[in-house]
Amino acid sequence: METTPQSPADEKPLVLLSQPLFPEFAAALAGRYRFVLAADADAAAAAVARVLLVPGLAPVTAEHLARLPALELVAGTSVGVDHVDLDNCRSRGLSVTNAGPAFAVDSADYAVGLVVAVLRRVAAADAYVRRGRWAADGDYPLATKVSGKRVGIVGLGNIGSRVARRLAAFGCAVSYHSRSPKPSSPYTFVPALLDLAAGSDVLVLSCALTDETKHMVNRTVMEALGKDGVLINVGRGGLVDEPELVRCLRDGAIGGAGLDVYANEPAVPPELFGMDNVVLSDHRAVITPESIRGVLEVVTANLDAFFSGRPLVSPVQL
Amino acid sequence: MASAIAAATAPPTGAQHSVLLLRRANDYLAATLRARYRVLSFYDSGAPLPAFLAASAATEPEPPRAALVVGGGAIRVDAAFLDAAPYLRCVVTTAAGLDHVDLAECARRGVLVAGAGEVFSTDVADHAVGLLIDVLRNVSAADRYVRRGLWPVQGDYPLGSKLGGKRVGIIGLGSIGSSIAKRLKALGCVIQYHSRRPKDTVSFKYFHDVISLATESDALIVACALNDQTRHIVNKEVLGALGKDGVVVNIARGGNIDEAELISALREGKIAGAGLDVFEKEPVVPAEFFSMDNVVLTGHEAVFTTESGSDLCDLMIGNLEAFFDGRPLLTPVLPK
Repeated sequence: METTPQSPADEKPLVLLSQPLFPEFAAALAGRYRFVLAADADAAAAAVARVLLVPGLAPVTAEHLARLPALELVAGTSVGVDHVDLDNCRSRGLSVTNAGPAFAVDSADYAVGLVVAVLRRVAAADAYVRRGRWAADGDYPLATKVSGKRVGIVGLGNIGSRVARRLAAFGCAVSYHSRSPKPSSPYTFVPALLDLAAGSDVLVLSCALTDETKHMVNRTVMEALGKDGVLINVGRGGLVDEPELVRCLRDGAIGGAGLDVYANEPAVPPELFGMDNVVLSDHRAVITPESIRGVLEVVTANLDAFFSGRPLVSPVQL
Repeated sequence: MASAIAAATAPPTGAQHSVLLLRRANDYLAATLRARYRVLSFYDSGAPLPAFLAASAATEPEPPRAALVVGGGAIRVDAAFLDAAPYLRCVVTTAAGLDHVDLAECARRGVLVAGAGEVFSTDVADHAVGLLIDVLRNVSAADRYVRRGLWPVQGDYPLGSKLGGKRVGIIGLGSIGSSIAKRLKALGCVIQYHSRRPKDTVSFKYFHDVISLATESDALIVACALNDQTRHIVNKEVLGALGKDGVVVNIARGGNIDEAELISALREGKIAGAGLDVFEKEPVVPAEFFSMDNVVLTGHEAVFTTESGSDLCDLMIGNLEAFFDGRPLLTPVLPK
């Protein structure tokens, strides 16, 4: 009697990894997929691999992708996938997924935290009090009101739309700029970034980094934002001309900044360390323990959908 | 808007009303007052308070019937004060809190009291929410960490905790507490509260006492007045009920929290963190807080922004105008 060949359902689907999995991911996913690090994959595996999971921000280049002729899906665990060669994915007809809304709430909350921290000088005041200066030198100088400020959001996706809703509850007037207007949004669409900056007190960056958006915030935009204007970046460092940002802050061309992302993380321009009107964070806007679970859900949902031929949960438009 | 008020109708011909000014700051408010009234300034007089009040009785053509008083404990409008100034019929206070005015004594004597209304409410609410986000998501701590150049060396600062879904217990649901609630709702928090009486205009869950509120909350925000009933309303028991994952934010008065117990609770890990704008003996802040990374400290600035200064000025002048014109006060505390 012939032995029954092992049915495909018994085999865990093969998923290549562009870099090692976080321990939490490995623990949660190991039972369902067969993970092989792409760099360690033998010729046979590389030839048949249909999915590349990208569990971090290490670059995925055209060269990496070229080694995987059967590739159909690149699944990211972050919101921004600018570290993946999207042009190459597009020309090869690959699908790309990101973390979808998993991080959106936490990013939006942190963006709001940065807005208040910069405008009201919370972090600087904390440092002042901590050094015993309140008793010695008197009150910290007045900061400025949050409520009623004109907020311009660049990118009204999962994160931007949540930032908008939160700041609207603070009584801020919200407008936005994006690739195209969102008819269902109650906020004012502004076609040109320069006009949005000119008409805003606070400019929040929550859009993807692409060839079109790289360095979109340059000196001209920052001068339009103006000496009382504040820039908040929870998108990608590359959205801003960083050396120019430092100059604008130093010269007082803009009034302050709240930055979660930088051009060359974890390097932060040291000139910022001495500035009281700047709040710095270590690319933490997205992350809480709860959001990591959220990402796991999205990634699992995308992989499951792919392997069972169903529509992807969080495809990125290429 | 402030300049519009300053340029409004001139005082009665030949005589300006007299106003007592018991406020140290010599700022836009003081200058605007001087343009409209004859100002008798306590701090400029250099005299002790009782002597200043007694001497003011002799002002011609009429003694000052209104007084503008700052809060914060420097001057108490109590029985002794009112006895020394029987000519006073209206007290206008610039503070958000009223713990420096003996309302019972004022009521007994028929002295009108005008408060700051909601002038400060949005700024205090903004600051309170900023403190809560900061404590839960380590905004200031991460800022310190990055500034010290530690990110490339030691990697990411530890994770914070999500805001969404947190049960936030607000102590005192007045104008400030309500503004806080509105903002936190948009941030996905579950709002519940304790106050003297339940408010039938809101749908938030009401708790009769602070301990039960603390037991079922992930964060407590103190937004109530300071009086005999609310002194140390957040005490050792309440902190214990809040628990080791709980945080407390105080934008009310230092005296609302037992500061020594708070320090112990933080030191022993009985609560997870705190955001504090007020302290029992300002501007002295207990040094024990300085080494705590899970605490955010600001120097009684929740009320102060550059914009609230001019809003306050408009309101105070508006109240004085109303009083001298015999109209109802804009923001009356007494009569209720």
